[in-house]
Amino acid sequence: MIRFLNQFGKYFLLLGKVFSKPEKTIIYYKQTMSEMVYLGFNSVGIITIISFFMGAVITLQTAYNTENPIYPTYLIGLGCRDSIILEFSSTITALILAGKVGSNIASEIGTMRITEQIDALEMMGINSATYLILPKIIATLIFNPLLTLISIIVGIVGGGIAGTLSGVITLEDFIYGIQYAFIPYYITYSMIKTLFFAFIITTVSAFQGYFVTGGSLEVGRASTRAVVYSSVLILLFNVILTQLLLS
Amino acid sequence: MIKAKNINLSFSGKKVLDDVSVTFEPGKTNLIIGRSGSGKTVLLKSIVGLHNVESGEIWFEDILFNNLDFSGKTEIRKKMGMLFQGSALFDSMTTEQNVRFPLDMFTSMSLDEKTERVNFCLNRVNITNSNKLFPAELSGGMKKRVAIARAIALNPKYLFCDEPNSGLDPLTAILIDELIKEITEEYQMTTVVNTHDMNSVMEIGEKIVFINEGIICWEGSKNEILNSDCKILNDFVFANSLAKQLKKSHE
Repeated sequence: MIRFLNQFGKYFLLLGKVFSKPEKTIIYYKQTMSEMVYLGFNSVGIITIISFFMGAVITLQTAYNTENPIYPTYLIGLGCRDSIILEFSSTITALILAGKVGSNIASEIGTMRITEQIDALEMMGINSATYLILPKIIATLIFNPLLTLISIIVGIVGGGIAGTLSGVITLEDFIYGIQYAFIPYYITYSMIKTLFFAFIITTVSAFQGYFVTGGSLEVGRASTRAVVYSSVLILLFNVILTQLLLS
Repeated sequence: MIKAKNINLSFSGKKVLDDVSVTFEPGKTNLIIGRSGSGKTVLLKSIVGLHNVESGEIWFEDILFNNLDFSGKTEIRKKMGMLFQGSALFDSMTTEQNVRFPLDMFTSMSLDEKTERVNFCLNRVNITNSNKLFPAELSGGMKKRVAIARAIALNPKYLFCDEPNSGLDPLTAILIDELIKEITEEYQMTTVVNTHDMNSVMEIGEKIVFINEGIICWEGSKNEILNSDCKILNDFVFANSLAKQLKKSHE
């Protein structure tokens, strides 16, 4: 318990250090742009592939589990849309990014720590926490909602293609279903969740990397911890945010 | 002048610096020598503020450094350059970008002026045609030289070197030593070097401090080492047979 409180305190102290005034704004702007490419744009491929197949499977499972003459088939499209918007695109995308981006951040910062690159930054009079972590936070807060939007669109397209190719629904019914009783707030809800998840992934992973001591083995462990802790926190905050935003 | 007064530091209950008081003289190459694990690096990192001491004072001229806040320390750190044991070059940056980094962060120089300064620093450490190479593409000696170029980019008043010769062959080690000595004299810097390489002691040591188990056991010049009656120092300095012969011939 004491260890947990100690880590909790260290995490918030690190956040305090991260959100201090940057030394030179232009450098941080450039850094943020390159992190957006590195952490965000480079994740578009994997998010697209996973979302496409996720949408396809959701459509097929909804179709096979609701096979009943009473239910109109356009409900398959509606089910696919709501599942993707409300849950899959924000949470599953976040879990994937926790694995890809989280481990990347923890190992990058951890390696910089054990090779004294962070000490070198501090020696130059640079706030290493702000320099290394703030651009990553800003980049993921800007880019992850875009990734979620891409995931929603590709997921629904994937569902439509899988549904029509397998013959479980016609394209007209699917399109009618995804337009039926649409609640725009669901998109807002999904975006709010994404912002929270992006913050969790970046800060928890950076925290794990920043305080690494030892060698490459510890960097590997920190990277694993970053993924595990981020994933657990994402699932926990998913419940809390769902209750707060949809009740 | 850099002065440490009665500094103490422990890690997990183990005392690594025990009431250390030492003065590093301006314009000279000051050496901290001692066995592995004796507290050399901890002392160096405590002086530059990378470790927070539990008690004691660290003075840079007439400024009490360890009592300053982050921005106060930043002002002093702009006058410091440091060469780390593993060079600590930024992996994601080229040689040129590594040397330019402090200029980008702390000066309002134009790009041309920065490029000129970078090339000057790289030429000074005899690095040519490697501006676009990444640290992974450089040899150990080249990395050290680039790290020195980065350390002198802002014309520092103080230079700190942590084991500058570790992992280098004897000839490259001598080149690095000579470079540190030349730069110290050229820019009239106060240089503090951590080493356990006796060649460095004899080549560049002007003031030498011997640390053992976190305690300063001896201070003096390289000539005084040969006549010292400090047993722990003699055991360390004259550990190999060549050094023993040197001692014998001196006697």
